[in-house]
Amino acid sequence: MKFSLSWLKYFLETEASVAQIARTLNAIGLEVEEIDDPSLKLAGFRIARVLTADRHPDADKLQVLTVDTGDGNPLQVVCGAPNARAGLVGVLGLPGAVVPANGMVLKQASVRGVESNGMMCSTRELELGEDHDGIIELPADAPVGTAFAEYADTDPVFDVAITPNRPDCMGVYGIARDLAAAGLGTLLPLPFRGEGRGEGPTRIAQSPTPPLPTLSPEGERALGACPIEIRTDDPDGCPAFYGRVIRGVTNGVSPDWMQARLKAAGQRPISALVDITNYVMLGFGRPAHAYDCAQLTGAVVARRARDGESVTALNGKVYALDSDMTVIADDSGVHDIAGIMGGEHSGCSESTRDVLLEIAYFDPERIAATGRKLGLTSDARSRFERGVDPGFLDAGLDIVTDLILQNCGGEASEVVRAGSPPIAPRMVNFDPDLVKTLGGIEVSWENQTTILRALGFNFPDNWMSSIEGEAAATMASCHGLARLSVPGWRPDIEGAADIVEEVVRIHGLDNVASVPLPRADGVARATASPALKLERRLRRAAAARGNHEAVTWSFLPEAEAQAFVLRQAQDERGSEVWSLANPISEDMKVMRPSLLPGLLSAAKRNLDRGAAGLRLFEIGRRYLRGQDGASDERLSLAVVLAGEKAPRGWASGKAASFDAFDAFDAKAEALALLAEAGAPVDNLQVLGEAGAQFHPGQSATLRLGPKNVLARFGLLHPALLKQFDIDVPVAVAELFLDAIPGKKGAASFARVQYAPPALQAVTRDFAFLVPVDLPAGDLVRVVKGADKANIAAARLFDDFRGAGVPDGQKSLAIEVTLQPGEKSFDEAELKAIAERVTAAAGKLGAVLRG
Amino acid sequence: MDYAATGQQALARIADAGDLDSVEALRVEFLGKQGSISGLLKTLGAMSPDERQSEGPQIHGLREAVTAALTSRKEVLEGAALEARLAGESIDLSLPAPEAPRGSIHPVSQVMDELAEIFADLGFAVATGPEIEDDWHNFTALNMPESHPARAMHDTFYFPDKSDSTTAPGGTTNAPSGTYGHQMLLRTHTSPVQIRTMLEQGAPLRIIAPGRVYRSDSDATHTPMFHQIEGLVIDKHIHLGHLKWTLETFLKAFFERDDIVLRLRPSYFPFTEPSVEVDTGYSFEGGRRVVGGSGDDPGHSWMELLGSGMVNRHVLEAGGLDPDEWQGFAFGVGVDRLAMLKYGMNDLRAFFDGDVRWLAHYGFSALDVPTLSGGVGAGV
Repeated sequence: MKFSLSWLKYFLETEASVAQIARTLNAIGLEVEEIDDPSLKLAGFRIARVLTADRHPDADKLQVLTVDTGDGNPLQVVCGAPNARAGLVGVLGLPGAVVPANGMVLKQASVRGVESNGMMCSTRELELGEDHDGIIELPADAPVGTAFAEYADTDPVFDVAITPNRPDCMGVYGIARDLAAAGLGTLLPLPFRGEGRGEGPTRIAQSPTPPLPTLSPEGERALGACPIEIRTDDPDGCPAFYGRVIRGVTNGVSPDWMQARLKAAGQRPISALVDITNYVMLGFGRPAHAYDCAQLTGAVVARRARDGESVTALNGKVYALDSDMTVIADDSGVHDIAGIMGGEHSGCSESTRDVLLEIAYFDPERIAATGRKLGLTSDARSRFERGVDPGFLDAGLDIVTDLILQNCGGEASEVVRAGSPPIAPRMVNFDPDLVKTLGGIEVSWENQTTILRALGFNFPDNWMSSIEGEAAATMASCHGLARLSVPGWRPDIEGAADIVEEVVRIHGLDNVASVPLPRADGVARATASPALKLERRLRRAAAARGNHEAVTWSFLPEAEAQAFVLRQAQDERGSEVWSLANPISEDMKVMRPSLLPGLLSAAKRNLDRGAAGLRLFEIGRRYLRGQDGASDERLSLAVVLAGEKAPRGWASGKAASFDAFDAFDAKAEALALLAEAGAPVDNLQVLGEAGAQFHPGQSATLRLGPKNVLARFGLLHPALLKQFDIDVPVAVAELFLDAIPGKKGAASFARVQYAPPALQAVTRDFAFLVPVDLPAGDLVRVVKGADKANIAAARLFDDFRGAGVPDGQKSLAIEVTLQPGEKSFDEAELKAIAERVTAAAGKLGAVLRG
Repeated sequence: MDYAATGQQALARIADAGDLDSVEALRVEFLGKQGSISGLLKTLGAMSPDERQSEGPQIHGLREAVTAALTSRKEVLEGAALEARLAGESIDLSLPAPEAPRGSIHPVSQVMDELAEIFADLGFAVATGPEIEDDWHNFTALNMPESHPARAMHDTFYFPDKSDSTTAPGGTTNAPSGTYGHQMLLRTHTSPVQIRTMLEQGAPLRIIAPGRVYRSDSDATHTPMFHQIEGLVIDKHIHLGHLKWTLETFLKAFFERDDIVLRLRPSYFPFTEPSVEVDTGYSFEGGRRVVGGSGDDPGHSWMELLGSGMVNRHVLEAGGLDPDEWQGFAFGVGVDRLAMLKYGMNDLRAFFDGDVRWLAHYGFSALDVPTLSGGVGAGV
């Protein structure tokens, strides 16, 4: 909402400075976004008198002036204006000043060989008007030497953000009312009775004093009945439709003062009739519409649109209407999308002679729904959908009428009032104590009532009803319930909390004192959920292992998301993705079913920037379909190891070769992080079916039991890498944190009892010949389980194929750690253990090597 | 026999021994089974007691002196040999050592951990909720019915989907049946977690709810995804003064400075009443915004930091609470913004790019775990 200071002061009698007004606006919740103060641009311009004016020796159209700037040292200035002459008092820009119109910095210069020490300025150069025929001529008594900014009495423009609950402040008058309540001045009361006051907006613009619109008894100007029938056939959407015809108008340009205010408010002047409706909308937050009677046929009716109807709106676009929308129509069709935008056909033009004025009250929800459906925003919509004052129809119509009669002439008919606006007084019960108990400030009841009355709240005669008789007797003690009537322009006021807000914001939120929250005894208790603790722990574990945490978008291009939809084998709970209806771009359309694609894209960007290798991880949600159409968001962690594992090193002996990350690097990450997550890593099975995204021979899943997949890891499939335009090997690990079984029961701190064994463990090595396709992990597992009482650990340390090993077989060597209990093993026991190991391995087809 | 001369001669020869072999040869020569000193010892048996008395100590003394000299010479020679070997083993230690990769924690995560730590001390538990929400939790329950103009200001991402549930969203029955919508969307704020937590846990409550939120907005200072942290206190006798204190206390702890000055401005959010926008004073130091001081101080200004207010009674009702019994405050603040203000990043978009150079520079060590005793911030 933009408005000029002069417009504000038209409604608010105040001596406050621009800065004071801005500070107060902010303090009462009308946030000042910008102040455009032309006087700031006029720094460096002074009032000066031309002492002499002589022809430039070398240029016909230039004159050489001597100019008095008030300090007794006249300056020489070259000037091209035809009206420059001795005795003229004008505006001189001194060297260093910036010309507002073009940003040029003035400096001492030689103009065709004659020194010039500044510039005499035109109205347009100072952005004070369009005039560029000559330099500014000020009255002869203008104070020479004075800063022009002081003299010009320029009109600063405020740009204020109006929150959606304040339709009343979408008009300058409402803002003035709030400022007056905050003690910044006196509000001009409504109705106006034509008292003129104040001066013109600017002396430089020399515009006439804007006449105040008057509200006069109808009989004074009404000449005859309204010749057009006005009805509302949709009392839900349009409870009230008031109107009148004004005949014989001349729709020329609106007066300068009105144009100046409209321009300051960001509205382009169009014609007197259109400008007047805009002026009343911006001045009072009251939209109105003027139809050209020549374009109307029959009765003008507020009704539901019929399915299939359409209208060409004033913006030139055609809108298809439906029966949920309210329109204004006549016998020939729709003329207005009610409360949102008028139609092109019946809009006022230069040739308009007779106008029908419409002032209506539309249902806010209907306007909002219609506007949303049509995707059409307008100044009228934004006011109607927030709720205009239902009690301001007659006054609004009178103001519009008055301005038209004053500026366009014509004769007004009587007013037709179809329907009735919802003006039943709204009452709110209010306990004045709430200002303290909810608002945290002590404000005396006297101050509270002063504030509330200034805002338009009223206290009906019997407003005080007490909870206790005694309290009623001591009204000043405020213990009781006040009953307030809410002004019609405040649709946002629903209950006591709103009243608290009114009192507190006008009294000043600065007065709220900090009060500590009550504190629980003792030190702070743990507040993180198990899931959060897991997330934190894994994040730091992954970073400690050398991986950089990335935060990537939750949304992906469709193809990337589809490439990572988990198939049934991994996730039976659903494989459909969430796809946005209104994505910001196609690259941000589908919610990620996995963290991998986002990390791969990040890896790709890093590789493109020259990174040879990188370790990225992310911990966050993947988005699946849940029950009942709800979202199923599961915490997961993904690590992407791309390209070169380690840079070439002097010690590695691989100075020339490329040491790429491989599936075992990914496995190491997966297992280490699962261990940190508290997963039983010793019991995990390495199985296949990591998914189509992976290298089929170099990837696997880590499962707890046959179904529960805790993680998958391995090299990615080259075809997938091609899709991401990555040309180095990429190893990844993806942990499904939701699949890790949680700890049961309450937290326990004491560990299981343990004392290191007295006797030293011994190791024995076993080498087995096994079929080449036997997973080594299977052999290790059976060896370890061969004698649970004695075997503490089994570790594979060699996988050999070649000389001495038959074709189709491999030699696996396992170091078995035996832990004696009470006494050392004797030979017979060791032999028995070895036999058990051999027998267990034999079941997998393993033969002990000789 | 002149033992002294024999001894001196032997010691001289030992001292001259140039290597361990020579020392061993001398040991055999003197002390071996056939050695000269061993021979002298054998003569003791044939001596008279008197002779033995006079000769014995001399012979034993000779043997001890020679033994000691041999041991000492051997040690010297061994030491020299070790030195010589080590001298040959010297390496260039200016060569680089094997490097373990260094990882980092993203600033958003770090700051969320810091905030959780601060609020834990104030008794706030961490709550969560889904990011793919329904419009009942995201709007309706927060006093933004379908036609509410504020909905349009939220730049919401919608899904074409509707929840097919016939019960209230979230599996609760507190929401009046038929009054909620089922349109699925990306939550535009963390506030729906207020509703979910009230419905699940009742009152009193003190929670923070950090997480991702989404707005269909993208320019130099806005990204379609960003992070918020929601705060909610529901209790009896909670008022704006408690809100102000909580915000001051958290910001002082977060920025680790005592001169945080807040300016409360009336504002409007459908879910709070009264609603308060909170500004904080700051100044520019070295071209960077530094939070602290009053915005009215010389060289200082105010910046909008967060929105807050007293929870609207309609919101309490939607959360299943009796608004005549319970009241409280709520606030929401941008986590990315707090991170930028504290740690000096100036480009929000870089947060989500995954550029390892940026992550290595602005990220945090895994060991920078925020603690209250150490000050939650990670210094440079």
